[in-house]
Amino acid sequence: MYSLKFHESLCKTCPTSDCLVKCQFLDLEKNEAKEEIMKIIKGQDSFVLQDCVTCYGCEEYCKRGNHPFYLITERREEKGIVTSPRAITKQWINIGEPRGKYQLGDIKEKVLSFGFMPECLQLVQGKLFDDVMPSYVFGQEFFCNVVYIHFATTSIIKERLPMVIDNFRKLGVQEVICMHDECYGSFAHLAPAYGIEVPFKPIHYFEYLFNRLNVFGDEIRPLKKKIAYQRPCSSRLCSDKHQFVRDIMELIGVELVERTYQDEKALCCGGIFGMAFGYELKHDVQQRNIDDMVEHGAEYCVFNCPACQNTLATKVAKRGIKPIHIIDLCRMAIGEKPVMEGV
Amino acid sequence: MKDVARTLADIVGEQYVSNKPEEVYFYARDPGLMPAHKPDYVVVPKTTEEIQKIVRLANNEKIPIVPMGAGMALTGLVIPLKGGIVIDMKKMNRILEVNEKARYVIVEGGTSHGLLKAYLEKNYPRLRHSIPDSPATATIAANVMIHGQGRLTQQYGFNSDMVAGLEVVIPSGDICKIGSCSLSLDWFSKGAPLPDLSGLFLGWFGATGIITKVALKLYPRKKMRDVDIFVTDRDDLVPDIIYEITHTEMVEDINIFAQPLPMIFKDNHHITIFMTGDTDEELEFKRKMVWDALDGFIKSKDGGFMSVSTAMKQTLLDMPQRSVSRFADVKKGGGFEYSGPIILVERYPECCRKLVELATQYDLAYSAMARIIGRGHCMMFGFSFTFNRADHDMMERARKALHEVSEYALAVGGVFWKPTVEEQKMAIEVMDPTTRNLMKMIKQNLDPNGIMNPGNWGVT
Repeated sequence: MYSLKFHESLCKTCPTSDCLVKCQFLDLEKNEAKEEIMKIIKGQDSFVLQDCVTCYGCEEYCKRGNHPFYLITERREEKGIVTSPRAITKQWINIGEPRGKYQLGDIKEKVLSFGFMPECLQLVQGKLFDDVMPSYVFGQEFFCNVVYIHFATTSIIKERLPMVIDNFRKLGVQEVICMHDECYGSFAHLAPAYGIEVPFKPIHYFEYLFNRLNVFGDEIRPLKKKIAYQRPCSSRLCSDKHQFVRDIMELIGVELVERTYQDEKALCCGGIFGMAFGYELKHDVQQRNIDDMVEHGAEYCVFNCPACQNTLATKVAKRGIKPIHIIDLCRMAIGEKPVMEGV
Repeated sequence: MKDVARTLADIVGEQYVSNKPEEVYFYARDPGLMPAHKPDYVVVPKTTEEIQKIVRLANNEKIPIVPMGAGMALTGLVIPLKGGIVIDMKKMNRILEVNEKARYVIVEGGTSHGLLKAYLEKNYPRLRHSIPDSPATATIAANVMIHGQGRLTQQYGFNSDMVAGLEVVIPSGDICKIGSCSLSLDWFSKGAPLPDLSGLFLGWFGATGIITKVALKLYPRKKMRDVDIFVTDRDDLVPDIIYEITHTEMVEDINIFAQPLPMIFKDNHHITIFMTGDTDEELEFKRKMVWDALDGFIKSKDGGFMSVSTAMKQTLLDMPQRSVSRFADVKKGGGFEYSGPIILVERYPECCRKLVELATQYDLAYSAMARIIGRGHCMMFGFSFTFNRADHDMMERARKALHEVSEYALAVGGVFWKPTVEEQKMAIEVMDPTTRNLMKMIKQNLDPNGIMNPGNWGVT
């Protein structure tokens, strides 16, 4: 069985303990944070294991290459601490179970992976994707399963992720363009952290979009819109690619409003919070987030994760902000029609 | 019998009467599992007067008659068990009056739910009725006749509780008005403050008369509707969850479903909660009330609100919902039937377990589906099986499973909803003898020749 490579010494000598100090949902001073993370490392009880809301933020706050959230998840599972109602956890585990109903396009060395997000099948259209489509995969067999860290069930990931990676290996692909942060994060960061070999190069779709937009540089019409970016929780699992949001916005002539809740301080869509913890946390986070978008004059709310879009699109639209996926925004910039605007 | 055909043609016109094999074939069956039986004639009247003439003819000649709406009950209630005349009501589909301020509508006996819904949406956008999840062609009169349920059942009871008056052709051929309309021009009540005579007809499946007009109560139609789904893996908690939701008095409709496929639904019980509001604030307030009421279950990790995709939401918000028809074709071949006893909500766990037991025993695909009636006063629990009509062995297994459901439902205190003839017999057998005699007196006095949908409620 694969196990997490976690380096105690890095935390012991950490000058900031930012993983917990910067947490937006727990209130800890530096010393207390150090104390709690050390307890977690040693397998002792910590209130963090009970109170963490699974925002994934600590994965980004840690700059020393450790994986505090993976560790929290491991410890929770060891201790039988459930984060979400059992029914919700079961539902998500059932959804991701391979059923032999995957879809394969015309597979080449470079392939687009839609994981198990059907919305992506609609989004990927037009000339931005000409050089790779119809080389794609879709279905549970190619679903990274990393979402289960929300549910403190790393065991499912350890069981399924190697099979998913093997499915890619069997296709003989060299490069996998991941259409979701979790997908990229799993291959680029989580798998290595667990010693799972990845026999292909994962590419985040932001990077792919940025490069493709540069190919069509002459055709880009600056959109001249003020946008708020809805950063998903899963983006924290691949924060090395977050910079591409600014890069892409700059390229397509869009102003990213400098609002309170962005970058490290971003608030998630609240979807998982609602399922796991109920009305109050979900509502509070969504309210603050959308108020912030409105106060800073955003005309568009740009989504990266289709699940965030499903959760927030109607809510932002009711506040006068147009919801749009980043792919659609890029397509608009090169004169194409968005497919999911307003959804 | 040639004279009968001629007389019927004189009453309704040549083109609206038939005894052609290709037509009686269809009127011999419904989409359920009950064996077919052909009628001798099918007539399609256009007026109450034509129905009076047909009934008088049948009464004189002692010919069985079976009134028929869209024939969607699935339990064989419009199969002419003794032959005779099937009276297809579909041409009597006019909406006669809407009283907007008093919120009622008067429709003819063959008017469909779909037609009324479309009419109200176009002409009275602030009014709605309790639409069932049967296909939109299901008729209002037949639906109240079987004590159907609909979108407003959690708030206002069975659809038959929402009847505000009836016009019925009784077996003598006379027209009988029931409720306030019996002495007033206004159709605002089916009974009170008079003796409520609607019970002489509602629930009798046409065995005491043919409904030619129905007044139905209408209700405020809010501008917005939304749906949330609360899931739990513990069937024993479902009654408590329902109790908490109904206590809020904030929701429109509550349905429950549990089924093994697709995988997203495996292992869990799904409580579908519909809410309405005229403003975002109203809707959000109601949502908060409901979520807060269930917060204890969330905190104990016994249940939670699942994420509902836009596509799933649209499917759920459809009226009527089409998801049942998808379930009906799981095994291909389009076979679907359920037994839906009306039963206490506290029986939910044992009903679910029985359903799984029977599905396993008879190797059938299944779905549990329930609709809450009133503020948790009872529920319709649907033991649903799907089968391939081309597979006779599978159909036989479904029949056996449904028979066991019937026995089980009675044993645990349930009352059959739209029972098959066999279930009617089972119910009569265990019914209080005085009640049974009262039913017998009613039937014998109203229909002394036994011509009205014979075989149904055969208390005589």
